[in-house]
Amino acid sequence: MKKEKKEKNMRPAEQKPKKRLFNVETRFGYTMHEVWRYKLSYVLVAPFFILFTIFTLIPLIASTVLSFTYFNFLNPPVFTGWDNYVYLFVDDPLFLKAFNNTMFYAFIVGPVGYIASYFFAWFINQIPTRVRPFYVLAFYAPSLTAGVAMSVVWLVMFADDSQGYLNSILIQMGLIYEPIQWLKDVNLIMPVIIIISLWSSLGTGFLSFVAGFTNVDRDLYDAAAVDGVVSRFQRLIYIDIPQTMPQLLFAAILQITGAFTVGAISQQIVGHPSPEDAGLTIMLHLSDYSGQRFELGYASAIAVVLTGIIILLGRTAFKVFGEKE
Amino acid sequence: MAQTHVDIEHLKRARKRRDYGAIAITIFLSIGALVSLLPLVYLVCHAFKPMEELFLYPPRFFVKSPTTKNFSDLMNITSESLVPFSRYLFNTILITVAYLFLLVWIGTMACYPLSKHKFPGQKALFTTVTTALMFVAAAAGIPLYIINTRLGLVDRYWVYIIPGLANPTCLFLLKQFLDQVPDSIFEAGKIDGASEWQLYTRIALPLLRNAQATVVILTFGGIWGDAGTATTYIYREQLKTLAFFMTTIGGGIARAGAQAASALIMVLPGIIMFILQQSRVMDTMAHSGIK
Repeated sequence: MKKEKKEKNMRPAEQKPKKRLFNVETRFGYTMHEVWRYKLSYVLVAPFFILFTIFTLIPLIASTVLSFTYFNFLNPPVFTGWDNYVYLFVDDPLFLKAFNNTMFYAFIVGPVGYIASYFFAWFINQIPTRVRPFYVLAFYAPSLTAGVAMSVVWLVMFADDSQGYLNSILIQMGLIYEPIQWLKDVNLIMPVIIIISLWSSLGTGFLSFVAGFTNVDRDLYDAAAVDGVVSRFQRLIYIDIPQTMPQLLFAAILQITGAFTVGAISQQIVGHPSPEDAGLTIMLHLSDYSGQRFELGYASAIAVVLTGIIILLGRTAFKVFGEKE
Repeated sequence: MAQTHVDIEHLKRARKRRDYGAIAITIFLSIGALVSLLPLVYLVCHAFKPMEELFLYPPRFFVKSPTTKNFSDLMNITSESLVPFSRYLFNTILITVAYLFLLVWIGTMACYPLSKHKFPGQKALFTTVTTALMFVAAAAGIPLYIINTRLGLVDRYWVYIIPGLANPTCLFLLKQFLDQVPDSIFEAGKIDGASEWQLYTRIALPLLRNAQATVVILTFGGIWGDAGTATTYIYREQLKTLAFFMTTIGGGIARAGAQAASALIMVLPGIIMFILQQSRVMDTMAHSGIK
């Protein structure tokens, strides 16, 4: 910035200085001059960032402020300091349960879904181009269904009586004699939710990987082959992984956010509240306090903790996969 | 030089040899694809099963005598209620189209300066977007409720549309896509005397078509299946969505068929849209990485 200013100062004397709205000699004036020069840019980004501020940024900041208060919608918020957070971690056994369930879920579905996305994408990259779209569709389609609809299938598949698919198959194979209570046994609830989630875990990140691999420059393979990198596995280590770092980061961010905000699937499959709260997650606990009990300060504290966890892990992902400078 | 040449010849021969690795991978992928598609095939079959097949023991996977009765049952459920099925469908289509249209345009407008202009604050805005990829919508739910109420959005179509328009993932994808378009194209345009506005409409917009299609595909499912907004913000039955109606059908033996049919209606449009636009999506996703 300074350099440009100097150049402008050295303008030949005979050339008349252009009339400017702002005095470009000062730092502030220069910035304002630039702002005016790029006025179209600001007009174009304005709708997005105005909406973003109103519906994302302000609510998020307000949420953080509310988390230090007692607030129930009827009366104005009362400042209570760290009380909500203390209660959250010390006195609320249900939160700890939700926290544990969410962690258990996130630390399985997160990495497994992520690695599966990467490897299925990599496998798809090894087969002829003609047939790729079919496989991409086959693996990606489940994630398009994530939502209310598929619970129809899962409830029949994991039904508790001998009518259920899984029970019926296992009984016919002679592996079990009594139907297993898939959705009522407190030890099985989270594993069933995890299996269902893994089925639909090849999502946007997976697409990003598939596309990222097709981006890798073919010449690199030939060049590396001269250096003795010939097998698929060697290519994966020395070429494919380094070349897809940006995709690895993007997918990691999506995966982390997705894994920690689990809740809806649990609600559909085992109901909410679930037997002995075995399917309780942080998101569901949050919705309890905001939608049912109207303890909004406390609910905000839960939201802040959840967002904090996600951003912390996201920043770590940036450190691991991001461009080293 | 000669050595290299020989090496490449050797490589070409090696490539022609039967690639057992690729065969093994294809078999493995085929099995995986089967497992992946099985629940979806089941969903389709289930929606066309007559009542006696729905409750068959032992349960049968495929449908034997398909019927569309489940779909007509689904329509009939609404015959007793205030609002006909077609109204829910109309609402959902209206909201989906309006939302996706505005979402794409707001994102497209914002992505061009973020990618191609070095205006003061550009870096900060883009950092905000990448950080916002990690924001959880529900975490801000309470203040958002207050804001929506204050802005008078409650119990109107707008509440489905406006709060979700600033979608960081969409802006991010559009921006990354535009990043790979060389700046020289825009410089050439500038030399030919194009104004900034012309650079945007004549060069950037046509190039962004694929990325726009991708944004539509990736966000379609979310808005098509959105039942939560109707639950929280809409009181008038006439303004509720298909997805909301689906959640009210409830279980029970009498409704099992209608429920299966409704599930298919919720899932199928997203999959069909993806099939139609797959090549455009892949073209965009190739540039999705965070650099």
